[in-house]
Amino acid sequence: MMNYLSTRRRSLTLAQREEIDFYIFVSPWLIGLIFLFAGPILASLGLSFTSWTGVSAKSLQWIGLENYQALFSDKLFWVSLKNTFYYAGGSVALGVILALFIAVLLNQQVPGTNIFRTIFYLPSITQGVAIAIVWAWILNPQVGLLNYGLSFLGIKGPAWLASQQWALPALILMSLWSIGTIMVILLAGLQGVPQSLYDAAKIDGAGLWGQFRHVTLPMISPALFLVIVTSTVASFQIFTNVAVMTEGGPGTSTMVYVYYLYLNAFTYFRMSYGSALAWLLFVVVSLLTWLQFKASSKWVYYEGV
Amino acid sequence: MMSQVVDQRLNENVGVDKYLTAAPWYQRWRPRRVWHYVITYALILPGAAFFVLPFLWMLSTALKEPDQIFVYPPQWIPDPLRWENFSEGWVKYLPFTTFLINSLKISINAVIGNLFSCALPAYAFARLRARGKNLLFAAVLATMVLPTEVTIVPQYILFTNLGWNNTHWPLLVPPWLGWPFFIFLLRQFFLTIPKDLDDAARIDGASSGQILWHIILPLSKPALATVAIFAFIGNWNNYLAPLIYLRDEELLTLAIGLNQFRGQFGNIDYHLMMAVAVLVLIPVLVVFFVGQRWFVQGIALTGMKS
Repeated sequence: MMNYLSTRRRSLTLAQREEIDFYIFVSPWLIGLIFLFAGPILASLGLSFTSWTGVSAKSLQWIGLENYQALFSDKLFWVSLKNTFYYAGGSVALGVILALFIAVLLNQQVPGTNIFRTIFYLPSITQGVAIAIVWAWILNPQVGLLNYGLSFLGIKGPAWLASQQWALPALILMSLWSIGTIMVILLAGLQGVPQSLYDAAKIDGAGLWGQFRHVTLPMISPALFLVIVTSTVASFQIFTNVAVMTEGGPGTSTMVYVYYLYLNAFTYFRMSYGSALAWLLFVVVSLLTWLQFKASSKWVYYEGV
Repeated sequence: MMSQVVDQRLNENVGVDKYLTAAPWYQRWRPRRVWHYVITYALILPGAAFFVLPFLWMLSTALKEPDQIFVYPPQWIPDPLRWENFSEGWVKYLPFTTFLINSLKISINAVIGNLFSCALPAYAFARLRARGKNLLFAAVLATMVLPTEVTIVPQYILFTNLGWNNTHWPLLVPPWLGWPFFIFLLRQFFLTIPKDLDDAARIDGASSGQILWHIILPLSKPALATVAIFAFIGNWNNYLAPLIYLRDEELLTLAIGLNQFRGQFGNIDYHLMMAVAVLVLIPVLVVFFVGQRWFVQGIALTGMKS
């Protein structure tokens, strides 16, 4: 076997060997792509045209578009979609603005920048059940930290997670706490803007706002675009915080898409209905990403391209 | 174009010189600079408080006596400090040591698996020429922005039919099959390593595997450390997958165990739940602060390229 391989090897050209190496090296990921991504996405599509409640093949039955018809008349589906758009819009818009604001401040080269960068970054990696529990406690209407803080400003805070009106805004507020990753990306973008451009703008008489508007924003627009796309996708995936803190309530005020998908597939074991939901999530997220790429040519400036 | 680059370099050098030869800070204090500092700090500090207070609040609650929890206005430094909350919460209701071992097993496996299954494809995409490479790389980029939830139902069916339901396998195997974001990150880093190095080794008869192992990987420690940290923390915090696959108590992870604590005993022993939440968070913080050194080094390294 060894012999066979080595003689074969010698008869290959360098380019052929390189190509074989390439496919050997990508094979772990390629197997993953087929079995964990491509296969499942196609299977999702197929399953969404069936009626299936179990996981064994016996109960499988082709029903065409019935799942989708049911979806479009499912009130909770529309509620979850609306809530998810509301959450995504709020957390992405506010999150990017806040992250940019902090990044600009941290770019001022005042002493202690490294410590502040750590402080602002840390919450973004501590996401999970532990933090969800802490925030549920912070958002407690009577003795929570947030309403205590607001009382100093003379504001009587709302009931947050216990209120239909305020539960989703509370989750958006909580998402602002974990903007560290996009803040770091934007800060790196800011640090890459050459000082010469600011000097030139100053000579042209630009004030601070003018410099920000005509130098900073265009120069970091690729970084801005990256964080908007990635945080939009991420915000569509909100699950843990809802599952731990609100379970979709009160009422249906925090019923978000992935939580609804989870309930259908893994609590009610409506596998094909869950597949239809998953497939629509795929369509919606792809469409949004495509739209963002389309729109990016209008405002993203790639230097020297 | 060229002159623009040179200009930029010059400017950067001037900037460096300014720092190296600058007067001591007390001679640099000028009114304008002072105002600049004051305004910047006045804006940063309240923000920093918003980011740091939840952690302190969590720790404070974790150290309280049960009857102090609902005291209003809240007390920041509990008196007395109830340190035994940590040991009591850990063992009182649920076997958190078992959960800890499971979480460690899953997270460490994910680190090793991801390093292996992402470094190899990343090297292939950065260095090796092959037909179909561009198409495959497009697939990496496309799956990078794909929400994992899209594939979770068919994956569940697949793993269930393999008999993996209610075992750790659905959490142990996927890290060995690549993760698009990590592949992309490592590839970007590998591209910054001068190709002359592997060309020289190639002429000396080194195989692709030897080049990756002896040249590329030793030069990529910051990027590898970044992947390792993200893989560890991502799996440590993961909630959806263990929630779907694990049912037996001896299989559960810390995230699931902590949520069971919340659901069943959290209202009775809030201080204990908060103490366990602190303990669950500690490994994440340790990994982050140990890894920060690498992050900084990574930034310094990318600054030195070319």
